[in-house]
Amino acid sequence: MKKTILLSLIILSITAIIACQKILPKAPPEDELLDGPLEGLNYEENRRFLAGDVAFNDEIFTSANGLGSVFVATSCGSCHAGDGKGHPFTTLTRFGQVDSTGNKFLHLGGPQLQNKALPGYMPEQIPSGATFSNFTPPANTGLGFLELVTDADILAMADPNDVNGDGISGVPNYEYLPPFVTPFTNAIARNGKYIHRFGKKAAAYNLLQQTVNAYNQDIGITSTFQPKDVYTGLNIEPEVSDVTVHNVVFYLQTLKAPIQRNQNDADVVKGKSTFIQTGCEGCHKQTLKTDFSTIAPLSNKTFHPYTDLLLHDMGPGLDDGYTEGSANTAEWRTPPLWGLGLSPNSQGGKYFLLHDGRAKSIEEAILLHGGEAQQSKNKFIQLTAQEKNNLLKFLASL
Amino acid sequence: MRLFIYLVTFVFFSSTAIAQIDPVLLRRMAKDTSGMLLNMDAVYNRPFLQSGKLPVALGGYAEANYQYFQKDGISEGHQFQMRRLTLFVSSSISKRIKFLSEIEFEDGTKEINIEFGSVDFEFAPLFNLRGGIVMNPIGAFNQNHDGPKWEFIDRPVSATQMLPATWSNIGFGLFGKKYTKDWVYAYEAYLTNGFDDKIIDNAESKTFLPASKENKNRFEESANGSPLFTGKVAVRNRRIGELGLSYMGGIYNKYQDDGLVLDKKRSVNVFAIDFNTTLPKINTYINAEWAWVNVDVPETYTEQFGGKQQGGFIDFVQPIFRNPVFGFEKSVINAALRFEYVDWNKGRFKSSGDNIGDELFSIVPAISWRPTAQTVIRLNYRYNWQKDILGNPPVKLAGFQFGVSTYF
Repeated sequence: MKKTILLSLIILSITAIIACQKILPKAPPEDELLDGPLEGLNYEENRRFLAGDVAFNDEIFTSANGLGSVFVATSCGSCHAGDGKGHPFTTLTRFGQVDSTGNKFLHLGGPQLQNKALPGYMPEQIPSGATFSNFTPPANTGLGFLELVTDADILAMADPNDVNGDGISGVPNYEYLPPFVTPFTNAIARNGKYIHRFGKKAAAYNLLQQTVNAYNQDIGITSTFQPKDVYTGLNIEPEVSDVTVHNVVFYLQTLKAPIQRNQNDADVVKGKSTFIQTGCEGCHKQTLKTDFSTIAPLSNKTFHPYTDLLLHDMGPGLDDGYTEGSANTAEWRTPPLWGLGLSPNSQGGKYFLLHDGRAKSIEEAILLHGGEAQQSKNKFIQLTAQEKNNLLKFLASL
Repeated sequence: MRLFIYLVTFVFFSSTAIAQIDPVLLRRMAKDTSGMLLNMDAVYNRPFLQSGKLPVALGGYAEANYQYFQKDGISEGHQFQMRRLTLFVSSSISKRIKFLSEIEFEDGTKEINIEFGSVDFEFAPLFNLRGGIVMNPIGAFNQNHDGPKWEFIDRPVSATQMLPATWSNIGFGLFGKKYTKDWVYAYEAYLTNGFDDKIIDNAESKTFLPASKENKNRFEESANGSPLFTGKVAVRNRRIGELGLSYMGGIYNKYQDDGLVLDKKRSVNVFAIDFNTTLPKINTYINAEWAWVNVDVPETYTEQFGGKQQGGFIDFVQPIFRNPVFGFEKSVINAALRFEYVDWNKGRFKSSGDNIGDELFSIVPAISWRPTAQTVIRLNYRYNWQKDILGNPPVKLAGFQFGVSTYF
């Protein structure tokens, strides 16, 4: 009897283990995740991706390994949970520049506010008289594709004088390169300035500049690329290695592009037509293509980011009086819409949209558009409830 | 330290050699079977072997296990682990002076810790002096943590990832007990070295009391010169069970150095309640612990590090088969279930007013077989739901563990 019970328990246990695939948590569907590598990376590229993933998501900075003394966040991953959009908790503030003549508050800690400090230190304050803007962290996905769009393609989408009369006049953000950045081979310069494309104001040239700046300005980490300590203003030893920086850049380059969900749903299909008819695609360009890359899955690909990487005047409602590079204060780079519907998965179950997270829904974000987007917004307002619903469903499917 | 390890090793192998010559010389020391033991008695409530007329008794326990976990569809594969090998040495220096030490090797030799190493002087039942490396009596698990006593392979998350079990420090204190018929009352109070700045400046990216254990100098010097107070009162009724209330608090940060003031004094306060009982007739054993942590985190620091934490666990252990199995006369098979919860950052974001996540809930059903009271073979299934600080959809982790743990 007792041996029977024991045997039964053993058999039960073995059965449970064999059946474990049924009771172990499965991976969420691939199209609901923003993180993960491009398909088709080779073994070596997978290793580099993994090293970058660890540096980006797992390496937490403390006072012992260089954090601060003033900072915004303690790791890359804390601002980009699951490689998605960030939350107001890690929204950063930039201040001090009102036009293309440059930032007049660099000597007072500009352009970025480090609003947190290690115990015993005081965080930075916005200097009196400086205008500022808050920037919610963007999603990281698909950045490698955006980096490989040629300057020629970007310029082809620009229409500074609104020649076609659609009310949209996108322009690139031209800025000088920092010493550690090498221009792309097919870059098109203007008076020594190059087309920048990353960031809310398109003030970062490539992912290396973006990464180096984030380490330095967000976490207070110096590197050989940017040796200036944000607290003391003095050049100090690098607190992150060149290899780590390059691994993080590679990780960002090789994160997969967001995958659209429900794209064959009838409402989503109608919503996409409405998106085009209302003129949204005037800025949120559906399809772009990459140039050659040594990373095969990125090379000469067509992709669908819904951005033109250009600056657009968004009207006085979104004019914070602060800018970067050659942008005007009301100008913002068109944010890619891919991954939009997955934002709540990285923003604590809610939407925090537009540059500073002020819009709490996709509809509110549309209604806060102005300037060059005014005509499209007016068309959106005039849509029937069903058409609006379809359009919102389409946007949430991205 | 090295001398001490050599001494322990010598005594251990000497006694083993004697045992090989004549096993009769080994005798198991009598254990208290009054049923009136408290969690705080756990350090002495262990099987010890004494050899011949040596005044030294030896003991220890080992834990090894296999596990297979999967987190959101990704697994690290099959893992075999030697979690702990712990050695006890106790000595009755005189009738009322005792010494006990516990040395633990974790994950092979990745960590080697003296978890307990103190001398007790008994002046009166209610007045005993303890000095040396003591286990701070916060909650119940910290003092009563031996692997073979538990039906679960993993230690409670709240006890090890919020409270810092096993948390030992150098210090002194008093303890005592009073028995009256069906009741026993007890207290402990110690002043020891304490925490340091790492509890809010660590790679866990959360307020994390166990981070102070990384400070290898804490048995040599206090991080800030301010003692940590830990006190506990406990009461047990023979029929009702045991209730413990404990507090641990002090200054954790290095507020001055070399006479210079570096920061204001910042405190950490921990409150805990623990309870255990065995239900009559059905013999279900229930064991629970809950704790609250309050840390003075600077307003200008990141909200990643919370000022308030809470968490605990409750275990149910039901003997389901008490009969000889494979010749083990006192064999018992148990079914067990653990619920545990930890909120590492209790509160709301200043920026959005939203609830801060950073919490974990887990459920652990288990089956254990105790061929003897001192040895357990365990099969556990664990399912965790863990939310990040933003409260995003939880990461789900689940898996099986199979392990053995035994005193020796």
